[in-house]
Amino acid sequence: MRARNYFVGAAFALLAGGMGHSALAEDIKIGEINSYSLLPSFTEPYRKGWQLAVEEINAAGGINGKKLVVVSKDDGGKPADAQTAANELVSSEGVAMLTGTFLSNIGLAVSDFANQKKVFFLAAEPLTDAVTWSKGNKYTFRLRPSNYMQAAMLVEAASKLPAKRWATIAPNYEYGQSAVTVFKKLMSEKRPDIQWVDEQWPPQGKIDAGPVVQAVAQANPEAILNVTFGPDLVKLVREGNTRGLFKGREVVSFLTGEPEYLDPLKEETPEGWIVTGYPWYSIKTPEHDAFLKAYQTKYNDYPRLGSIVGYQTIKAAAAILAKAGSTDTDKLIAAAEGLSMPSPLGEITFRKIDHQSTLGAFVGKTAQKDGKGVMVDFSYKKGSDYLPSDAEVEKLRPKD
Amino acid sequence: MAFYVVQFLTGLASAASLFLVASGLSIIFGVTRIVNFAHGAFYMIGAYIAFTLTERFSGAFGFWGGVVVAALAVALIGVLVEMVLLRRIYHAPELFQLLGTFGLTLMVEDLVVLIWGPDDLVGRRAPGFRGAVDFFGQNIPSYDLFLIVLSPVVLGILWLLFQRTRWGVLVRAATQDRDMVAALGVNQKWLFTSVFAVGVFLAALGGALQIPRDAVHHAMDLRIIVDVFVVVVIGGLGSIVGAFVAAVLVSELNAFGILIFPKISIILVFLVMAVVLIVRPWGLFGKPEAAARKTPGLTVNPWRPLTSNERLAALATLVIAAMLPLFAGNYALTVGSEIAIFVIFAVSLHFLMSVGGLASFGHAAYFGLGAYGVAFLAKMAGLPMIVCLLLGPLLGCMGAAVFGFFAVQLSGVYFAMLTLAFAQIVWSIAFQWVSVTGGDNGILGVWPASWAASPSHFYWLALGVAALVTIALRIAVFSPFGYALRATRDSLLRSEAVGINAKRIQWTAFVIAGTTAGIGGALFAYLKGSVFPDNLGISLSVDALVMVLLGGVETVSGGVVGAIVYKALNIWLVSQTDLSKMVLGGFIVLIVVVFPKGIVGMLELLAQRRKKSSPPGSSLLAKPIESAE
Repeated sequence: MRARNYFVGAAFALLAGGMGHSALAEDIKIGEINSYSLLPSFTEPYRKGWQLAVEEINAAGGINGKKLVVVSKDDGGKPADAQTAANELVSSEGVAMLTGTFLSNIGLAVSDFANQKKVFFLAAEPLTDAVTWSKGNKYTFRLRPSNYMQAAMLVEAASKLPAKRWATIAPNYEYGQSAVTVFKKLMSEKRPDIQWVDEQWPPQGKIDAGPVVQAVAQANPEAILNVTFGPDLVKLVREGNTRGLFKGREVVSFLTGEPEYLDPLKEETPEGWIVTGYPWYSIKTPEHDAFLKAYQTKYNDYPRLGSIVGYQTIKAAAAILAKAGSTDTDKLIAAAEGLSMPSPLGEITFRKIDHQSTLGAFVGKTAQKDGKGVMVDFSYKKGSDYLPSDAEVEKLRPKD
Repeated sequence: MAFYVVQFLTGLASAASLFLVASGLSIIFGVTRIVNFAHGAFYMIGAYIAFTLTERFSGAFGFWGGVVVAALAVALIGVLVEMVLLRRIYHAPELFQLLGTFGLTLMVEDLVVLIWGPDDLVGRRAPGFRGAVDFFGQNIPSYDLFLIVLSPVVLGILWLLFQRTRWGVLVRAATQDRDMVAALGVNQKWLFTSVFAVGVFLAALGGALQIPRDAVHHAMDLRIIVDVFVVVVIGGLGSIVGAFVAAVLVSELNAFGILIFPKISIILVFLVMAVVLIVRPWGLFGKPEAAARKTPGLTVNPWRPLTSNERLAALATLVIAAMLPLFAGNYALTVGSEIAIFVIFAVSLHFLMSVGGLASFGHAAYFGLGAYGVAFLAKMAGLPMIVCLLLGPLLGCMGAAVFGFFAVQLSGVYFAMLTLAFAQIVWSIAFQWVSVTGGDNGILGVWPASWAASPSHFYWLALGVAALVTIALRIAVFSPFGYALRATRDSLLRSEAVGINAKRIQWTAFVIAGTTAGIGGALFAYLKGSVFPDNLGISLSVDALVMVLLGGVETVSGGVVGAIVYKALNIWLVSQTDLSKMVLGGFIVLIVVVFPKGIVGMLELLAQRRKKSSPPGSSLLAKPIESAE
């Protein structure tokens, strides 16, 4: 009985291995992995973004005349499954490079896989500083501004506030912890007079907002740093509004200006929070207009930040492949290091020193307009202005 | 002072939503003995439907009407589920219903995204309860006050329902002894259906009432289901008052706990449950379970070792499996290794569940401990792979020895929940102790030594270990120890009467199972090159349960088959379709209906029928006996 079933397993495995050899040999394949089933509110716009990029690239003649094909896999939010997917993409799909990922731990898992198997990996979204610094490796590049960069952008605005007593609310996992640590460190450097009076660490996705809001209010801070997002943010904002937590207090908040997280809040949107985000409705640059028009024409929907990330990830991958003129990993790395390219948010460069792109973010204030949350008084912060000095980066990153 | 009063009231409001959902689960479990994994899914559908209705019909009538109609609509769905799915599997082995409701949950998660879209939805505030009430300078949301009043009202209504109606008497009787109720001629079918409907109604109501406070999204179900189980168990299964007290206890401890330890929320409920179960094995208000009338189904077809022919066949197919590297690519081999590792994992749980009759809900703890053991040894001590593989599982062994000692003092669902609590405690240590475990960023770079690095070599290694483990556990099943363990499973009293030290035997079995799982985890760390808290998490524990149930609990080789089918299908579906949860869930539900004894269980039944094709043989006789149980 037992062994017969090994055979069944083998048959399944063969079936799985045999799939997907349909693309033509002259196509260039890119492997893409993301948490589609776990985080659809981010990954659906993300998928639309990269699909638009693929369409544009192929309409413009592909990569050096070859058609670009993106093979996409779901990791279900689990690092182990992401590695299975990465393995399938590399071993049986024969992709030239890996891209994607959202969660930090999955980004790190795939980056470690890339390092082990000597595959080029362009991380799209994972924010942890470890991807490019403490656990960085020569095969891994990252598109989005890291935790450190977003914290530095926020600190620039936050340090100008008169508030001296600060409290923090952050999800209890690596992203929340490192966001708070970096923010505190940079903030205290600029403003040694600041006191940190309370910190709350609700479990990610399971905030019991009432008690958290009460506890923060009890510490009577003058300003609050928030790192929660998604459904947790909704609960926090609702309880905070009802209980008057935000009245007369400054709030600085990671990611809250991104349409993914701001739009659900509707008439609950708090006024005057200093946030990072993506105000697609008021960005007036030719690059962004072109992207916006193409996106809206194709999908009859507005872009989220995920759309930008997905779009630019594949555009960047294509630019790297085109410059390398080859799918050889070492040539890809050489091509990517220091490569500059246009993006809907302006020109970006993949730094040679730590493989971080200089894509920036918008920092502005939240406001309500016609019952909807929007970002106002915003400005685009270039990623290159918010990174530590090269000497410091050298110290943070292990030698290849 | 005012602050502490307000914090207390806030805790009560949190307790209210927990209680509504938990009471429904408790009633359902008390009467039908179904571990209703889909309870969270009903909660979520309640919220989604209520969202749609309250958006569509505004005003006070629209809102409150919408909430109630949503709960009723979901109760109707519940009735449908009970009649179409659950009725078919009440007589399947214990916990098998868990598999069916798990399949449903998977389907619902994809379904709500298909219907309502991927965005988080934020519903209206409740008309009349938008603002806050000032209490000595502190604000209490009036909706919180509404919830605080609502939950004792619901408790009161349920109490009246149970104490003052004939239906309530029947429900209480069935909770105490459902066989007796059946023997007295009560139509169990409709009793079960109505109980299920009431339970689902409460879950959906709990979900619908979250609209003014929460965002509606596709992961609501998992967020609440585990906490609700914990509340039900702390309170004592089947006890509504217990569920109420437990909900208040947990919520208040959380509300005040975060003032001192802001990071406590992540683990608090499990700590409370572990303490309560160790001190009071049946929960706060639960009663000791009546000595179970054991199903004769387990003994009708006694297990037997493989015959020589079967052994040869098993060997032959093992050889065929070992030849996979000759014709399969690297990806297929890596998937093969992963399946082999999950065979080890499933077999270890299967040993505990089938042979020992002890269903663990937290078996991933020992798998993950094995993986972390390897990661520590490899990364910190820098030991070579072979040493790590040998020593790593010892961490799983030690964990199992400590936790198993406490766990085997309990039985049934209480045992299961205590194992879950221990697993969550281990998980949170891995998650929180960032300086040692790297937190959720895990430990990276645990790659195999060069002799095992190539996919084919690793596949042979995994396959070989899986085969050895399976053989060893089979030998254990048919050893005197295995017979003693089965004796404790079938009748604790009788086994003790013949001089078996039941607790020690069960403890030993727990350690064996934990160590074996640790071996799987150790290999898994090398397969993936990294270790994450996920490796200890609930979803992995549930996966293991599903594999065992899918293969068949009442069989000897169910774990092997279940692991292969589930894992292969899972990997394949995730890779091939965007709706993998929907398809996988549908497949599981189908299997549950078609193979109520699991895949191997059903195959054995068929084989037996064929053997004794002359007038309906003993296996058919077994059916009426079982259903009379």
